[in-house]
Amino acid sequence: MSDENPAVTQATLVKKAAPKSDYKPADVSPQRRVQRSFAVRLWSIRHSRLLEWFYARFADTFLLLHPLWKGIGYGRVEAPIKFVEKRVKGFMFDCRMCGQCILSSTGMSCPMNCPKQLRNGPCGGVRANGNCEVEPDMPCVWVKAWEGSQNMVNSDRILTVQKPVDQSLRETSAWLRVTAQAAAAREAASAKTGASA
Amino acid sequence: MIGRQPDENPAGIHLPLDPLPGHTSRGRLERVLRRGEFAVTTELNPPDSADPEDVYNRAKIFDGWVDAINAVDASGANCHMSSVGICALLTRMGYAPIMQIACRDKNRIAIQGDVLGGAAMGVANMLCLTGDGVQAGDQPGAKPVFDLDSMSLLETCRIMRDNGKFLSGRKLTTPPQLFLGAAVNPFAPPFDFRPIHLGKKIAAGAQFVQTQYCFDVPMFKTFMQKARDLGHTEKVFILCGVGPLASAKTAKWIRSNVPGIHIPDAVIKRLEGAQDQKKEGKQLCIDIINEVKEIRGVSGIHVMAYRQEEYVAEIVDESGVLKGRQPWKREIRRDDQMVADRLDRILHDEITETQVDMVKTAH
Repeated sequence: MSDENPAVTQATLVKKAAPKSDYKPADVSPQRRVQRSFAVRLWSIRHSRLLEWFYARFADTFLLLHPLWKGIGYGRVEAPIKFVEKRVKGFMFDCRMCGQCILSSTGMSCPMNCPKQLRNGPCGGVRANGNCEVEPDMPCVWVKAWEGSQNMVNSDRILTVQKPVDQSLRETSAWLRVTAQAAAAREAASAKTGASA
Repeated sequence: MIGRQPDENPAGIHLPLDPLPGHTSRGRLERVLRRGEFAVTTELNPPDSADPEDVYNRAKIFDGWVDAINAVDASGANCHMSSVGICALLTRMGYAPIMQIACRDKNRIAIQGDVLGGAAMGVANMLCLTGDGVQAGDQPGAKPVFDLDSMSLLETCRIMRDNGKFLSGRKLTTPPQLFLGAAVNPFAPPFDFRPIHLGKKIAAGAQFVQTQYCFDVPMFKTFMQKARDLGHTEKVFILCGVGPLASAKTAKWIRSNVPGIHIPDAVIKRLEGAQDQKKEGKQLCIDIINEVKEIRGVSGIHVMAYRQEEYVAEIVDESGVLKGRQPWKREIRRDDQMVADRLDRILHDEITETQVDMVKTAH
């Protein structure tokens, strides 16, 4: 053992990057933070218009498959769909599985990556270079969200005041929930027109 | 009663004022702003102590110079006396506190309880904030809560006030009567989103906003121009945040260590060039006030003089923003004064009065 030349382990890097605490902004451990790159997330935001278009088609397809989901049972498809959703969105947007996706209102920048998990806009602490107050190496989620939303067709969706997060929906599939709601709304509408006809 | 001050309840200074049409609160600040007077607010440096006198003494130096006092909620994520506690003390003494609520330390259950508790104590103004991250403060190992954000917090307060309900939909027996505030920072990116973001806050319920420290007047003017174009200034009272810098060194430290404060190089150069930097810092603050008070849509100033609270009165006086008006001031009531004058000797003179002696001297 020599004190002169201590081996630089992953733990050393982590300790250096987060010297103060075990603080985990946005549930990301100091360990994961040093390994992190934002390349894919930033690509998604740059291509927000394409993804917006794709997402709309995707939601329609999911809704078309509603009879299938209903046939198998929404409860039973939850696990496999969640498995796929978590990995796909995790890769594309660094999704945190809040279960109430608002990507299309935030320029395809996932607001749950904000260390303060703000869903309605940036805080006052954004650095002059546009990086986060808490994580100095990360571009502010909301600076990016504003850029992303300006590319989108529905660029004014960012103006909606979002409700507080429902923590009981964490780790559930947002895709299935939205589909089930849309299907229910469609049925209610058709029942109404059927009754009036 | 003769000599009573404006905006004071004759039945007692700690009681809420009479409700006025179009007002949502029964506080002094809303009255001042709605009358179209240029309002001055300030911030009380919260004590690290359990002595109420510390709060009273710190509030006393603002007497007659400010319309409302912000009770900060662990600003900079540092531990201090809570904003609820400070408000409890200030309302007893008749001051008009602005209770700050930060989302960092409390979840929606605690926050809604504090809103009701604060309103019951007579707090008429509440300022809804996100709060600094815990990494900025003295206890970086704390668990950050951030259950609500400033916007959903505003909306929660508005729902409680206007709909008389909790977020859950459960009914309130008596809804709180509040004047709701928010913070804006025109000096941090994304700059073109900031005025739109203000619009979002108005939609969520903001009635007045206090800005971050303004050291860059041209930047603030651009922001105000955009806010006016969007029609925000008709819906919200904007109080511009100002404050003295103690020295060029402090200014540099603040710039690199306190999140969200933008200090241009020109300001630092001006401080460095001065003989007495502290005096120059005060003068700079007065100059900025004189510039921002002329901007259309600015309804007042918020003077943040951290650890230089004794300068607030001078700054307000020398900038002349009050135009001769005197905000409410805590005064001893005339009947109390009379009793004090007559009975003062009992407290200070060493006399022991016995009943027998009193009978003898009575005739």
